[in-house]
Amino acid sequence: MSPADSFKLALALIFALVSCSTGTHEIVLASTTSTEDSGLFEALLPAFRRAHPDYRVRVIAVGSGEALRLAERGDADVVLAHSPRAEEKFMAAGHGESQRPVMFNDFVIVGPEADGAAISGLRDAASALARIASSSARFVSRGDDSGTHAKEREFWATAGVEPEGSWYVETGQGIGAVLMMASEKQAYTLTDRGTYLSLRDQLLLTVLMEGDPALRNQYSVIVVRAASNLDGARAFARWITAPAAQKLIGEFGLERFGRQLFAPNAGRR
Amino acid sequence: MDVLLEGLREALGLLLSGDPYVWQIIARSLQVSGGAVILGLLVGIPLGTWLGLARFPGRGLAVALVNTGLALPPVVVGLFVYVLLSRQGPLGGLGWLYTPSAMIAAQFVLAAPYVAAITLAAVGSVPPELRLQARALGASRWQALLLHLREARLSLMAAVAAGFGAVISEVGAVMMVGGNVRGETRVMTTAIMLETRRGRFATAMALGLILLAFAFAANAFITRVQQAQPRRRRPLTS
Repeated sequence: MSPADSFKLALALIFALVSCSTGTHEIVLASTTSTEDSGLFEALLPAFRRAHPDYRVRVIAVGSGEALRLAERGDADVVLAHSPRAEEKFMAAGHGESQRPVMFNDFVIVGPEADGAAISGLRDAASALARIASSSARFVSRGDDSGTHAKEREFWATAGVEPEGSWYVETGQGIGAVLMMASEKQAYTLTDRGTYLSLRDQLLLTVLMEGDPALRNQYSVIVVRAASNLDGARAFARWITAPAAQKLIGEFGLERFGRQLFAPNAGRR
Repeated sequence: MDVLLEGLREALGLLLSGDPYVWQIIARSLQVSGGAVILGLLVGIPLGTWLGLARFPGRGLAVALVNTGLALPPVVVGLFVYVLLSRQGPLGGLGWLYTPSAMIAAQFVLAAPYVAAITLAAVGSVPPELRLQARALGASRWQALLLHLREARLSLMAAVAAGFGAVISEVGAVMMVGGNVRGETRVMTTAIMLETRRGRFATAMALGLILLAFAFAANAFITRVQQAQPRRRRPLTS
């Protein structure tokens, strides 16, 4: 073989390898950091692979705001988000082909056991945040336009507080990192219950505020109109809302944490 | 293409109008990476000089260790500094985690090997006869050593530039131990990651331009030093 031939062969091999990993059978799923940090996808995706051996799912775990922006640019095929207002806008702008509820859990406010701001026992999340703001306690915010961040801003708006100052710690990271930071700083934060439970053993934080109906956290799956793998996106959305996957979602966490982390609710609201 | 051009235009606007968010992040980057390099010099220059001039058993291993330090992955350094400084870690009592001090500590670990390795090479490249002559002419040991370092000074400045260039563009360690807290531990690299993810390309590009300028300045300086050196050495060796 001449050197030129070897070179061509090498090039062909490289292209073959590269196209393997970006073939049309890949589904790009933009999802929230909570579903990744809690380990839900690790539990779900093997079952999807068994049901659809032709497809491979690549999960990009980002905040809901960013997930929708990725999708808007056509960089994701399907989105799993939990930011109802941002999703509404996304659908209204015609970026999504379909939007279906998948599951829900709830947000909780966690903080140090000592509860310096004395929010334990309060009935609604907005007054809890107002009390944190008026005490000397610190609050760690996602600060990244994620679904959790959007929910947090709703509560600040309801409470009529403009969060600012050294007590308000704005990090730009996922919920796992935020919980670690809140634990280290012994600060308060808003988190989905699932991620909190899955990380609880490493955290010096306890649930101080829960049960406010405004704390409900609904996850939806959206098929992106500009998807480069529209068939794959549809297949994934159908699969995750079908009984088999819904059952897996309902069982996730029972064994490891002794309780359900996400309640499946496809087809219901 | 529009996103790129529009972003660049807006980025220049942000820089020229003195946008406080952007400039505060740039200042914090300089403080953290500058601090780390200064600490790196305090440790790296004596260490490099000693390894470059002393002869002792195990020196080869020590030199290899310093050179390995050049390839330390920032995320691994971040991991160890995080564990050391976390509440449950041995240095948790300092309360440094998620503060600029933690970031300086992590980047110091990354910068010191650069300074040590380049110092080592620099003092090794000065002919040993120089020191012998100086001693013969009546200089003390310290005077001879200082003369030696004076000869190597351009290389030592390159060590500063190399260490600075390595840490200013590092993202893994500062993200882990600093936490990217707005107004406190957000530096250029972590801010670029966050702003890109939030779709605020102009802000990300403004910081990216400044970061590129720093990296370019550091490397241009190193290149100049490297090209200047052979000319300087000729009269010494002849």
